[in-house]
Amino acid sequence: MSILINENTTFIIQGITGREAVNLTRECLDYGSKIVGGVTPGRKGREVHGVPVFDTVEQVVEHNGGVVPDGSVVTVPPAGTRDAVFEALHAGIKTIVIVTERIPRRDVAMMVELADAKGARIIGPNCLGVIVPGVAKMGGIGGPARNAAVAYQPGSVGVMSRSGGMTTEISSTLTAAGLGVSTAVSIGGDAIIGSTYAELMPYFEADEQTQAIVIYTEPGGRMEAQLAQWVAENNSRLPIIAFMAGKFMDDEEMQGMSFGHAGTIVEGKEDSATEKIARLEAAGIPVVQRIDEIPDLVKAKLAERGGGAA
Amino acid sequence: MRFFEFEAREIVKRAGIPVTDYGFTTDPAEARAIGARIGGPTVIKSQVLTGGRMKAGGVKFADTPEEAETHAREILALEINGHEPRGVLVDPKAEVKQEYYAGVVWDGTAKKPLMLFSDMGGIDIEQVAEEHPDHVGRGHFSTIEPFSDFQAKQVIAAAGVTGRALQRATPVLARLAQLFLDNDMTLAEINPLAELENGSFVALDAHMEMENEGMPRQKALLKALGIGAEEGTREDHTPSAFEEAVKAIDSADHRGVIQGKDTGFNGNIGLVIGAGGGSLTLTDAVRQQGGEPANYSEIGGNPSVAKACGLAKQVLQKDGVEKIAVMMSIVSNTRVDIVARGVIKACLELGRDPGETVAIFRIPGAWEEEGFKILDKYGIEYCDRSVSLWEAAGRAVAKIQGTSA
Repeated sequence: MSILINENTTFIIQGITGREAVNLTRECLDYGSKIVGGVTPGRKGREVHGVPVFDTVEQVVEHNGGVVPDGSVVTVPPAGTRDAVFEALHAGIKTIVIVTERIPRRDVAMMVELADAKGARIIGPNCLGVIVPGVAKMGGIGGPARNAAVAYQPGSVGVMSRSGGMTTEISSTLTAAGLGVSTAVSIGGDAIIGSTYAELMPYFEADEQTQAIVIYTEPGGRMEAQLAQWVAENNSRLPIIAFMAGKFMDDEEMQGMSFGHAGTIVEGKEDSATEKIARLEAAGIPVVQRIDEIPDLVKAKLAERGGGAA
Repeated sequence: MRFFEFEAREIVKRAGIPVTDYGFTTDPAEARAIGARIGGPTVIKSQVLTGGRMKAGGVKFADTPEEAETHAREILALEINGHEPRGVLVDPKAEVKQEYYAGVVWDGTAKKPLMLFSDMGGIDIEQVAEEHPDHVGRGHFSTIEPFSDFQAKQVIAAAGVTGRALQRATPVLARLAQLFLDNDMTLAEINPLAELENGSFVALDAHMEMENEGMPRQKALLKALGIGAEEGTREDHTPSAFEEAVKAIDSADHRGVIQGKDTGFNGNIGLVIGAGGGSLTLTDAVRQQGGEPANYSEIGGNPSVAKACGLAKQVLQKDGVEKIAVMMSIVSNTRVDIVARGVIKACLELGRDPGETVAIFRIPGAWEEEGFKILDKYGIEYCDRSVSLWEAAGRAVAKIQGTSA
């Protein structure tokens, strides 16, 4: 199976007439995803690659005979993102991928809090979304369908990454090694995100196809510490392997600077790469130096646990 | 975005939190006038965006207006950690009965703002939390439900504070919590928050940081504080010439995104790499294999030829750069052929042979076929995804060390 989305998942795209959103719509449709409508206020009546555009989420639901879509990909500019996500949540949408970057933290916190209250899940912001190889993708992850098909083949490894691009680099490495990917989630690079590693672990745990987990991590924030704690408290069947980028940021000259993603700002010593590596390894999560070491280590871990690839 | 103390105190005051009757000035004579108006002992405080001003001699006590003027003159001329003061604050010396700490920060794990309160004010809160955990109260609050004073009261009570002090401190922490959200702060801190001999509470010092992403909607506050757009985000370090130049190229064209930093880098391998995560990974991979990067960079989001060329040129023109490595993780929306064209153009315009100058080119993804054709034409060594990021970085390092030896 998969996590978060599957072959039946329907979703909408909010901000569908934007330049990036038009490309994303094409990519998702080509990959086999079911996009049931798009929303851009004031553009009702248009179509984007055959997908009907509406002014409100409510109109999409009406158009679909009252059936609420499963998800939404939100690509509206930062000043309007909170409103768009609230609109989706009020309509009853349960899985929301926020692509938008540079959203103020207060707005992210508000969206996450409302999503929790409504039993919905947010992926991102500042992410490329979710892909289930060969089945569907929700977001720009992997790029055009033919490119996504090269990097992502179905398999046994679940991938979670704070970098959208590195989600594909790692998945491509797993695909080339014959392991493949069960579901890959670009979780986002901001200081506050809707779904952290630890929060997605129970989904992977419940997914029979997934036999191991690979995570891409960076300095900044506490979500690696949260994962280490989750591992200590839960007797998970899944071996986890981590890669840590940005070790150079631990140098004294780099203190107080952020690189790559907004969330890499180190606000306390626990946030540094060195501390995180120590914490992950103490929890039994090996941290590799090179991405090309990952497949062999995954194979070794699978052999140790006595399970082969699914 | 960081604020000077005089601005942070103004923000606190606007939120309805009592402050002392201080004055801010850049003129020693005016410091004397403020001292005379206050009419008693004063504290003269340097206004700098750096810590350790007490130790550096940036905080002095004056008994008379004349003394206030003398201290102000000295402090205005005193550079602290390389920072020139923006001015001085002349503050009435308060009769303090007890110092407290009040602060609000984001908790990324709980995804909510977190209030902190302690009856051990005046010192670093992290130190108090470590050594006297029972003297620190903590509490999250909602960003969508209205704030209610009891939430602040619980946090203060949890720090062991009761009686009249609890009653008087509650509205202060409640207002601090509200201003934290209203003003898109990432840190709002009053330390010390003083209980005076007459039982009233005043903010004796305040520290505020606003999230850069929140600045567009905080224009009214920034304007009221007299902070213009030319001040930027007041980052800790002054941008280098390279950093300024890359930024200018990036803002000149909306297609794609480039970034460049060279603070802390001074090697001989120029890096034209991308994007966020790929840049972090590749910078590490170069360094761990003995290479010395001349810079950090990010390129992505499908830049134009001009933008890719601009970044490559800036990197090539840096002192000590012998060769550049052009590397990215697998790209989905960046045109590899356009990046290749831009990099080649940069070499040619600087009179350099692209084949000699580019140590390696690794940008696998859409349009790689077109890109490889162009690279072939100019004799540039390239690779696809079958060569890992680590190996590509290693090849660049080996090549440059071979040249240098």
